Amino acid sequence: MTLNRRTFIGTGIATAAVLNAPMLRAQTKPRVVVIGGGAGGATAARYLANDSKGALDVTLVEANPIYTTCFFSNLYLGGFREFESLQHGYDKLAAGGVTVINDLATGVDRAAKTVTLAGGQVLAYDRLVLSPGIDFVEGSVPGWSVDTHAEIMPHAYKAGPQTQLLKAQIEAMPQGGTFAMIAPPNPYRCPPGPYERISMVAWTLSKMNPTAKILLVDPKEKYSKQGLFEDGWMRHYPGMIERIGPDFGGNNVEVRPDAMEVVIDGAVQKVDVCNVIPGQMAGKIAAIAGVTDDKGWAPVLPDTMKSKMDENVYVLGDSSAQGDMPKSGFSANSQAKVAAMAIRGELTGSKVFPAKYSNTCWSLLAADDGVKVGASYEPTPEKIGSTDTFISQNGEDAALRKQTYEESIGWYAGITADMFG
Amino acid sequence: MRTQNLKFLGVLAGALMALSLPASSAELIGDAEKGEIIFRQCSGCHEVGRGAQNRIGPELNRIFGRRAAAEKDGFYYSKGLQRMGADGLVWEFETLDAYLENPKALVTGTRMNFRGMKKPQDRADVLAYLRQFSDMPQNIPESSPTARAPEVELSPEVFALVGDPEYGEYLGSECQTCHQVNGDNAGIPSIVGWPEEDFVIAMHAYKRKIRPHPVMQMMAGRLTEEEIAALAAYFKGLQ
Ligand SMILES: Cc1cc2nc3c(=O)[nH]c(=O)nc-3n(C[C@H](O)[C@H](O)[C@H](O)COP(=O)(O)OP(=O)(O)OC[C@H]3O[C@@H](n4cnc5c(N)ncnc54)[C@H](O)[C@@H]3O)c2cc1C
Ligand code: HEC
Ligand code: HEC
Repeated sequence: MTLNRRTFIGTGIATAAVLNAPMLRAQTKPRVVVIGGGAGGATAARYLANDSKGALDVTLVEANPIYTTCFFSNLYLGGFREFESLQHGYDKLAAGGVTVINDLATGVDRAAKTVTLAGGQVLAYDRLVLSPGIDFVEGSVPGWSVDTHAEIMPHAYKAGPQTQLLKAQIEAMPQGGTFAMIAPPNPYRCPPGPYERISMVAWTLSKMNPTAKILLVDPKEKYSKQGLFEDGWMRHYPGMIERIGPDFGGNNVEVRPDAMEVVIDGAVQKVDVCNVIPGQMAGKIAAIAGVTDDKGWAPVLPDTMKSKMDENVYVLGDSSAQGDMPKSGFSANSQAKVAAMAIRGELTGSKVFPAKYSNTCWSLLAADDGVKVGASYEPTPEKIGSTDTFISQNGEDAALRKQTYEESIGWYAGITADMFG
Repeated sequence: MRTQNLKFLGVLAGALMALSLPASSAELIGDAEKGEIIFRQCSGCHEVGRGAQNRIGPELNRIFGRRAAAEKDGFYYSKGLQRMGADGLVWEFETLDAYLENPKALVTGTRMNFRGMKKPQDRADVLAYLRQFSDMPQNIPESSPTARAPEVELSPEVFALVGDPEYGEYLGSECQTCHQVNGDNAGIPSIVGWPEEDFVIAMHAYKRKIRPHPVMQMMAGRLTEEEIAALAAYFKGLQ
């Protein structure tokens, strides 16, 4: 064992126990390595460590020391949340018995069952959990590349400095200027996310820059909660938002970051801020591990989230191709609990119960005007299927919309406590 | 080393036993591949898929979730179907199933000259085929379901587990995405430390849709009485 070469964040209970115990004992514990400390990975690590009560050696590998939630990052753009309130550390997970390593995983050897980190460390596993979120498909928006243009035309679709940059750009827009968003093609994380962002940008502009325009360029014919968003935009921001769907060239777009231009179906448009949300695929480490399909996502078994390509690997959250669940933090958290139970069952013989999944996504249209959509899901032999759905209705009274918004604040507190302890 | 391996084998055997429980319970609405063949009975009048046009019958893209008689390119519908659309008939699995079984029974005076499809499995399969040409839930979560949950009834194996505190703990993990176990109640009420009876009554009121909250109606709707009891015991114990 190469314990002395590990970089620990905080000192976990299990860590201390491992260090004090004789080496042999440490080696008999089945090892679970989790890559990615986001909605899926942090939840999985926490449930694995908590519920196995020390019977498993759980290691979480996360590239960033602080996790910034994408969820509620749109509310930060609207001025409803402080940036710091989106940030979470890993101390409580470490205190709860998870060995947290702050490093980038760069290799997975599935035959040898090891993970290699950028710092050179090699971790052996009995089960590997991958929850690395998304990466962007290069070339999905002609003229834009994440490495060279994200500082000019931010994506802000992985929360952090990108989100702060986008907010600063919106606030620096000239009076009467144009904000453009290039919305992503399916599938992508958080189906209502781009449209909640439009609402929040409109909210900010309606206060600071009421003559500004918003141009939403969208390759998709339809999107989630469309009727609710369009109704909200008409009520709160009349005349501000123009959506160009595929019928009018929304699926034939090119950007020119150096000139701050967007070319829609051949017509050149000058813009002041351009939020490019490109096409997406599983986090790169999933492809490196060789568990992705030709579409770039990792297929999993619907009753456990186990990879279809390797019985020792589980894939959670955005990276997985599981069926009907949208790529959301709620979904990733829900899937993590099912996977944690299945892994404990395999490694410690604990009981395994039938999987149940669910999801709810809230969106804020304007102050105190919240809406939601949700569904429950169950495994079928082929995929995770949706079995029941609900959605907010147009024309609901203001008190209900306010309550829906308040509920979302409760959910944020709940899910982050469920992820990080 | 050898003892270690043996120990590991023991663990694996336990795992296999645990996993032999019925794991998946829901089923897809039907077999889309078989449905494609059955659709030949419709394709004389209907097109579906890329570039589908109105023929004798309207094109059937996005039929799930579409209001009756609402094809957007102005198909000429019968008065009967138009009236049903105006009344609020939306095509979902149940309504489509009824229409295909006996078109004239669901829609008086419909122009669809089709005698009906008697076998439930054939209807389920052709609908599973058509479902593929409507919005998918992973992109639009509110779109029509693709699977049918089983009647909420527990298989005997699971039934035996219901009094098990571990089962309550697992079921309860789903609630903790929203309800905090530390009893915090900003935005979402606390559910720890309730008298079990009150908890059960509240959950049944959601299940029966007497209490009006859609999230909780959905959550409670798929739980059996026994599961609700297990949850009540679990959350009471967390106080
Ligand atoms: C603007 C926006 C709004 C959203 N709003 C909502 C919402 O309201 N509700 C909701 O439920 N969801 C929302 N989402 C979606 C949600 O953020 C994601 O679906 C969720 O975070 C997915 O969880 P995950 O575990 O798959 O990935 P992530 O949470 O992205 O976690 C992946 C982690 O893995 C780490 N990582 C990746 N590769 C490596 C590697 N090789 N080595 C080490 N670490 C690695 C990353 O640093 C990251 O911390 C929103 C998303 C966006 C962009
Ligand atoms: C003989 C021609 C014919 C056949 C065969 C036929 N249909 Fe139809 N269908 C029609 C016509 C015409 C209408 C319009 C009915 C009306 O206006 O009352 C229709 C309407 C419908 C509608 C309602 C569409 C809407 O926009 O509201 C559905 C759904 C449908 N058909 C499905 C099917 C399926 C599935 C089959 C095969 C199992 C089938 N039909 C077979 C002619 C046909
Ligand atoms: C998506 C978030 C969410 C999830 C998941 C969720 N709940 Fe709730 N729950 C709520 C909200 C919001 C309310 C308030 C509803 C209302 O106004 O009636 C509530 C209310 C309740 C109440 C009534 C509280 C009161 O004060 O009257 C009970 C009991 C309850 N939930 C139990 C559960 C159980 C058990 C689960 C898991 C099986 C669960 N909930 C999962 C959001 C959630």
